[in-house]
Amino acid sequence: LFQYCLSGHPTLPCNVLKFKSTTIMLDCGLDMTSTLNFLPLPLVQSPRLSKLPGWVLKDGSTFLDKELKECSGHVFVDSVPEFCLPETELLDLSTVDVILISNYHCMMALPYITEYTGFTGTVYATEPTVQIGRLLMEELVNSIERVPKAQSASMWKNKEVQRLLPAPLKDAVEVSMWRKCYTMPEVNAALSKIQLVGYSQKIELFGAVQVTPLSSGYALGSSNWIIQSHYEKVSYVSGSSLLTTHPQPMDQASLKNSDVLILTGLTQIPTANPDGMVGEFCSNLAMTVRNGGNVLVPCYPSGVIYDLLECLYQYIDSAGLSNVPFYFISPVANSSLEFSQIFAEWLCHNKQTKVYLPEPPFPHAELIQTNKLKHYPSIHGDFSNDFKQPCVVFTGHPSLRFGDVVHFMELWGKSSLNTVIFTEPDFSYLDALAPYQPLAMKCVYCPIDTRLNFIQVSKLLKEVQPLHVVCPEQYTQPPPTQSHRTDLMVDCQPPPMSYRRAEVLTLPYKRRYEKIEIMPDLADSLVPLEIKPGISLATVSAVLHTKDNKHVLQLPPKPPQPPASKKRKRVSDDVPECKALKPLLSGSIPVDQFVQTLEKHGFSDVKVEDTAKGHIVLLQEAETLIQLEEDSTHIICDNDEPLRVKLRDLVLKFLQKF
Amino acid sequence: MPEIKVTPLGAGQDVGRSCILVSIAGKNVMLDCGMHMGYNDDRRFPDFSYITQNGRLTDFLDCVIISHFHLDHCGALPYFSEMVGYDGPIYMTHPTKAICPILLEDYRKITVDKKGETNFFTSQMIKDCMKKVVAVHLHQTVQVDEELEIKAYYAGHVLGAAMFQIKVGCESVVYTGDYNMTPDRHLGAAWIDKCRPDLLISESTYATTIRDSKRCRERDFLKKVHETVERGGKVLIPVFALGRAQELCILLETFWERMNLKAPIYFSTGLTEKANHYYKLFITWTNQKIRKTFVQRNMFEFKHIKAFDRAFADNPGPMVVFATPGMLHAGQSLQIFRKWAGNEKNMVIMPGYCVQGTVGHKILSGQRKLEMEGRQILEVKMQVEYMSFSAHADAKGIMQLIRQAEPRNVLLVHGEAKKMEFLKQKIEQEFHVSCYMPANGETTTIFTNPSIPVDISLGLLKREAAIGPAPDAKKPKLMHGTLLMKDNSFRLVSPEQALKELGLAEHQLRFTCRVHIQDPRKEHETVLRVYNHLKGVLKDYSVQHLPDGSITVESILIQATAHSEDQGTKVLLVSWTYQDEELGSYLTSLLKKGLPQSTS
Repeated sequence: LFQYCLSGHPTLPCNVLKFKSTTIMLDCGLDMTSTLNFLPLPLVQSPRLSKLPGWVLKDGSTFLDKELKECSGHVFVDSVPEFCLPETELLDLSTVDVILISNYHCMMALPYITEYTGFTGTVYATEPTVQIGRLLMEELVNSIERVPKAQSASMWKNKEVQRLLPAPLKDAVEVSMWRKCYTMPEVNAALSKIQLVGYSQKIELFGAVQVTPLSSGYALGSSNWIIQSHYEKVSYVSGSSLLTTHPQPMDQASLKNSDVLILTGLTQIPTANPDGMVGEFCSNLAMTVRNGGNVLVPCYPSGVIYDLLECLYQYIDSAGLSNVPFYFISPVANSSLEFSQIFAEWLCHNKQTKVYLPEPPFPHAELIQTNKLKHYPSIHGDFSNDFKQPCVVFTGHPSLRFGDVVHFMELWGKSSLNTVIFTEPDFSYLDALAPYQPLAMKCVYCPIDTRLNFIQVSKLLKEVQPLHVVCPEQYTQPPPTQSHRTDLMVDCQPPPMSYRRAEVLTLPYKRRYEKIEIMPDLADSLVPLEIKPGISLATVSAVLHTKDNKHVLQLPPKPPQPPASKKRKRVSDDVPECKALKPLLSGSIPVDQFVQTLEKHGFSDVKVEDTAKGHIVLLQEAETLIQLEEDSTHIICDNDEPLRVKLRDLVLKFLQKF
Repeated sequence: MPEIKVTPLGAGQDVGRSCILVSIAGKNVMLDCGMHMGYNDDRRFPDFSYITQNGRLTDFLDCVIISHFHLDHCGALPYFSEMVGYDGPIYMTHPTKAICPILLEDYRKITVDKKGETNFFTSQMIKDCMKKVVAVHLHQTVQVDEELEIKAYYAGHVLGAAMFQIKVGCESVVYTGDYNMTPDRHLGAAWIDKCRPDLLISESTYATTIRDSKRCRERDFLKKVHETVERGGKVLIPVFALGRAQELCILLETFWERMNLKAPIYFSTGLTEKANHYYKLFITWTNQKIRKTFVQRNMFEFKHIKAFDRAFADNPGPMVVFATPGMLHAGQSLQIFRKWAGNEKNMVIMPGYCVQGTVGHKILSGQRKLEMEGRQILEVKMQVEYMSFSAHADAKGIMQLIRQAEPRNVLLVHGEAKKMEFLKQKIEQEFHVSCYMPANGETTTIFTNPSIPVDISLGLLKREAAIGPAPDAKKPKLMHGTLLMKDNSFRLVSPEQALKELGLAEHQLRFTCRVHIQDPRKEHETVLRVYNHLKGVLKDYSVQHLPDGSITVESILIQATAHSEDQGTKVLLVSWTYQDEELGSYLTSLLKKGLPQSTS
């Protein structure tokens, strides 16, 4: 059992497991924090951004001033943003048999894997994961493709050059591996390789391994995975939540009795309480709007936004915000809102019950109906006619590097009346804001990360009791900025095994048994013998068939009848066909009874001699000698086969076969 | 021998009142709990006293499974669980769980409020009954208890309809409920994997029919509706609120749109809008095309189809009305039918199957004079058309499903005896499996022959894979092991391990045979001749000549000594353990024949 670790990002994992004879990739997360090193892509020509000065080296050389720009003391790459891919050199990715996806955030690197590595296997994911994953990819592709950029910077990536750059560019890892965004045809090709699965569905892989998705409680259709054979069980826990938000609750019970539990996707903000953050979000939003300012919420088009809209639905009337327009701007805004209403089976109990009425499970349907919430594919078109201020805008991308959010940052950044509220935890908000500095607008940081925190993890581990825990190295030490907080790490016994990018782990486990099926006719032929109270045994001699990793035992074929023809046999025809071993024997032979038996069978001249370890039984006429000892019997005789066989069978009567 | 027992309490050689008891490996499962539309007395519900005379149903049944929301599959459920008394789990899919209580309430209202029956289940009973329901996902393996598991497959037919696999150990049964093997305008086709159940219980409504292509039927339907409307007639289409209704609405909606027709289309009862809403929320259960395009255009939002008011029936001019229920046995469809039956310009189109005893069945079998309540005679002058839109598999579809699932036995329910008989023969001929068609109350027993799963020690498995002549993967290997049976665990281990685990010592049984050979040569020359001889004969075995002058064949030892009295005779001592019995015995008989004339 090996684990190849292809991603260093704990919440955007990509691991490959070699389990029995299968190669299984667990998630393929795409690390997008690399985009923070790039300049934003403005939808409308931005004089501010285009006037930024080129970066000059200390020695005055200017050869990088076309590629790198300086803004408020930070240096940015002026180029199409690029993403940090999972490791592709650690193992041959064309040998991957299946990819298991845990949630829609963890599949963003899928097109790079399925379209560029010779991958020929199958991807498994739930229906909401695929549908919403598609929306996220569509939004990503759309927001990058609609701002064509002539320049593609690459000089700075040269190792010699990169050494000279200021942090964080200097320390960026694997820059030669950074890639531009994929295209829609590649997304479609990748998604066509996905097979839909439901929670608790058992999926057989090559007869050797069974994989099962379980509800993880984090997002619509999000799953943890059980990877098991009859005797080994690996649980892959990725992005799970115990909070009651909209998705179906996490299935913890099925994680019990794991040999190995791989733990990824914990909360990125362990010190923030999501409920408190939602409260802060609402009050900051209300305050800004009341003061006549606008609120910008950079967000993904699915996920936490549903919960925020639900909170606002309950909040706006009491806060006197019923006349403030809420805008949701994304090329996939409409689809996301529509899709959220049709996945009743994947929702928490309360929302499921609503569908039985039948009512839409999410109240944003009502917000849309009453015109309080309006959605647009982009800032162009209808939106520019309807746009009224002050207002609240939900739009992407949370990195503030591309998407409609760039426009609102440029538009509202100058005024201190406006507020940008960060709710997505994936990007450091200070880094996200860097290319917009100096900024007058207020910035509020309310990261809402519903994934497991360390207290919940230790409770979970106590509950499900895995034999071994494997996790990213980041979880085995306190966060770098809070080194005294030893409570902010995974604590379990035995201590977790940790991994980092580009490492190969050998996971501990020992397999001792395998499943085999005994065919009914063979089972009928077995003769069980009770050897001790409650324990029976039967010797089995059978033919072993192995096909598709399944083992079956059948009755051995009857020995072929001796050929009736009178054709002379060659000596070698008689050679025993198989080297079948006879069973082992156990027990001992009481000499008196044995002699009696011999006499009963017509041996009249039996003589017994005692030896140091037992007895010698002599059959004088037959010149035969039988040594009887505690754990052995030795028959020494002339070459008289009938006699030998007779003696053999008499001896066997006293012994048990194994 | 392990067996599976099946007893239909309803739907045995009959359509309606589906209710089938299955006993498999000590577990008892009830499949569906339907009512019969042809009866108004005790016969409308299955006879649950068959299950147990005086015990509680809950003690006897491990679970109840409902395949879909049609009343002939779930109509007796509140009676069964609340009036007879059952508190165990009831499984159904999410859409079925959503829609089933609405149809039950509708059924209750017609029976109690309109017909004035008493001693019927109440609204509260429906609610209490639904609390016992556990909703299942498609393909989810639901562990009912430690041994019994069930799994739902998509069945088409109506929204949320499912086939169920019931499995205990390696024995399994698949129950199809009602299914459809061809996708229609709103639902996909039934699908199952090659799960090779011991028994497939299939519906057989259209056992002898092979239906023409769906397109033809649709064109035919539209043509008839169009012609009637053109000549100013009224079209009545009796339907059930959910299912065919939506398919036909989609069909008419697109046709009206394309042909720019103006005649009004109505849909009776307040159920409609609600019903369409279910389709919108459970759109993942509809067909590929609808799911793909629903964000742009939701197929269940109709422009041309409006709500019906009772007064509209007397309006002059053409119109099309969808009215419930579908078999003209009660309610609004029957009322409208009575109003319009006398005019030959009008038409009634029956789009689905009608059970015996219903008005629908009577007019379809050609009856034109009907005796209504109060001895009134109704003369039917309107045109009566039958167009099978009900989404059951036809003979071809049933055969196709059998091919997909590869069952070892087939049992037919939910069909008419004569038609079943025909299909049964066809199935037995084509698939060479036994096919059964028990009547209600009749038990069919099927013997299964499951193989027994045991744990084999990896050491033994690997050892057996390693030894044996030439590792030929295709050639079956003979293996020897000891099966240890303790409590309920079965483990196959090597004999050595078995001895060790039981704390027993091995008893070694050894044979040493004296074989006399006439050979005047020196001992070591005799040995060499023996060696060459054995080497020549036993090609597949390891034959070795050791430096101390002995020979080994595998683990068998051969030593030569001179005869104490006769120098021309050599004595070969052949020594082997019981484990090598076959080879040892063979060697002595081989050597007894003497050595071949020396060739050297």
